[in-house]
Amino acid sequence: MINIIWFLMIASGIIMAVNNGKIDIITQASLQGAEQAVTIAFGLIGIISFWSGMMKIAEDAGLMEFIAKVLQPLGKLLFPEIPKGHKAMGAILLSMSANFLGLGNACTPLSLKAMDEMQKINKDKTVASDSMCTFVAITSSSLTVIPSTVIAFRVAQGSANPTEIIGTTIIATFASTLTAFTFDRVLKRFSRRGK
Amino acid sequence: MMLSFINSISRWAIPLLLLAIPTIGIIRKVPIYESFVAGAKEGYNTSVRILPYLVAMLIAIQIFRQSGAMDKLIMFMAPLTQKLGVPNEVLPLAIIRPLSGSGALAMLSYILGTYGPDSFIGRLASTIQGCTETTFYVITVYFGSVGIKKIRHSLITCLAADIVGFIVSVLIVAKIFG
Repeated sequence: MINIIWFLMIASGIIMAVNNGKIDIITQASLQGAEQAVTIAFGLIGIISFWSGMMKIAEDAGLMEFIAKVLQPLGKLLFPEIPKGHKAMGAILLSMSANFLGLGNACTPLSLKAMDEMQKINKDKTVASDSMCTFVAITSSSLTVIPSTVIAFRVAQGSANPTEIIGTTIIATFASTLTAFTFDRVLKRFSRRGK
Repeated sequence: MMLSFINSISRWAIPLLLLAIPTIGIIRKVPIYESFVAGAKEGYNTSVRILPYLVAMLIAIQIFRQSGAMDKLIMFMAPLTQKLGVPNEVLPLAIIRPLSGSGALAMLSYILGTYGPDSFIGRLASTIQGCTETTFYVITVYFGSVGIKKIRHSLITCLAADIVGFIVSVLIVAKIFG
């Protein structure tokens, strides 16, 4: 699926550019994309190192296991694959809480920590495990209860009531997260390893 | 009231977390400085590991956008989505949202500036922005960081969630603010 989408984006772009007689744009766009990737990846070094350091303290203090134990019922429901009280569960729940509160740049590093913990108990290191798929599905459907970026943009544009969209956002977020969860539950059976 | 409450959450949450973690560490007799450094070491590796995945994804996204192929897709979809009650003005945001975080923010800013944040279009765009994520970035970076190559059904799941989030946004904003 990702192979096809990747191909379609590139192929349709090149065909469009040829059609419009703007073929030079393709070279320029690919270089820009590559450069942007470096900017993003290297921009992340500091913030990821920072949060990885903090999370290591939390881990050594046994905080991950503690969170995993406290929120065990929720964890068990969402990620049945992960052993009871495992660090991975603590990392997942911590990153989900950061997403929940809209803690901006803490979210990616915490989520990557959770992925790392899940990879440690993954049997085939090149294929996504069930819990990874569930985690990505839930996170990418947006868990934000407080869309702080959107609110900031509305304030900047002089909205009379910048927070009025919180209610509609929560309802729409709930629907999209529920969809992600349901699709994941159904589809994971059909996409087991080897396929 | 609401706004200042939200502001204080985002202002206080991280500093409090940064105080709480080392405090718990000290109480539990963890060598916190050494632990921090050991953890931070992994940050560099993680960033380097996601680079090839990001390059692949961003090249495709840039070609797709800059060539005008994305605009063509929007033009093609507009008559269809209009029949479903989706205003044409928010369609570009819906298309760009899963592809590019900065692109979506630019688009949101443009829509809020052009139609006003308190218009129907403005409220709808705000809701769409808030209830979805930069799906392709999440998939690329999360799976890339641990070297996963086969992502199984993840893309279908995430795109389905985006589409449902979009549709529900249109319905709920029309119902509440319509």
